[in-house]
Amino acid sequence: MKTAVIVFPGSNCDRDAADALERVTGTPAEMVWHEDTTLPDGLDLVMVPGGFSYGDYLRSGAIAARSPIMRDVVKKAGDGTPVLGVCNGFQILIETGLLPGALMRNAGLRFVCERTPLSVETTNSMFTRAYTDQHEVLFPVAHHDGNYFADEETLARLEGDGRVAFRYLANPNGSIHDIAGITNEAGNVLGMMPHPERAVDETHGGTHGRGVFESLLGGQK
Amino acid sequence: MKARIHIYLKPGVLDPQGSAVAHSLNHLGFEEVSAARQGKLIELDLETADAEEAEARVKEMCDKLLANPVIENYDIELSA
Repeated sequence: MKTAVIVFPGSNCDRDAADALERVTGTPAEMVWHEDTTLPDGLDLVMVPGGFSYGDYLRSGAIAARSPIMRDVVKKAGDGTPVLGVCNGFQILIETGLLPGALMRNAGLRFVCERTPLSVETTNSMFTRAYTDQHEVLFPVAHHDGNYFADEETLARLEGDGRVAFRYLANPNGSIHDIAGITNEAGNVLGMMPHPERAVDETHGGTHGRGVFESLLGGQK
Repeated sequence: MKARIHIYLKPGVLDPQGSAVAHSLNHLGFEEVSAARQGKLIELDLETADAEEAEARVKEMCDKLLANPVIENYDIELSA
C-alpha cells in the first residue's frame, strides 16, 4: 500500500502519521512538501496531518488549503484516491471544500487535550470497515478549533447518507450532533478531529486507531 | 487605495468568544452589555485607482480566502 503524508510549515503530526502508516502497512510513507505541485503516482492514501499549518493564521487550515499541493490533492480526491485529514488536516480539507461545514473555536474556549470515547457510526466505509466488532473507540484529541458546525440542510444530508463516521460520546468541543468525523459524498475522503495515528501502539496507551489504517489496508490486494 | 474588510459571524452562528467577552464586561460592571460578537478587520493596500474594479477584486478575495462563507459575512469599505 502506497501512502503519502503532506507536510506544511507548522505541521506537527506528520511524523506520527508516517510512523503509523509504516507500522500498519509495512511500507514507509512518502513525505510531500506543500510547495510541490503533484503527488506521487499510484497512491492508495493521502494523509493530511495535524498541527498548526501557517500558525493557524486567518482561520485554522485556511492558508494551507490554498497551497500548491492541495490543488492536486483535491484533483486526486475527485478521481477517487482515498484522503484522510486528521485534526488540522480535517480543518484543511474543510477549507478546500472537499468536506462540508466549518470547524469553529471550541465551545468551552479551551484547548482540549485528552483521550475521548467515540462511537463508530458506520462500518460501511473504506476507513472504518475493520471496526466490525468494536462500536466504541478511545482516541486522543488535541485541538482548539474542533467545534463542528454545519447548516441544517448539510446536517440532514450527512446524517441521511450515513456520512457521520465517528461521533463523540462525551462531546469535548461543542460540535453539532456530536460530530467527530465525516466523509465526503463519494466516501473516499474522511476528516476527523481525533487522532487515530496516535493510538496505534500499546505505548500510546491504546491501539484503537489501527482500525482506520487496517480498514484501508483491507481494501488493498 | 485602501480596503477595509470587516468579517463577522453570521447571525445564528454561536460565538463563544463573543459570549466570553460580554460575560467579562458584565463582571467589570458594564451591566448594560447584553451580547458581544467578535469579528476581524483586515486592511489591504491596493495598487489601483479604479474603485469599481477594486471592489470586485476584493469581493473575489473574500470569497476565495479571507472569509469562510459557511459561517461568516463581510463588508468592504474602500477609501482613497
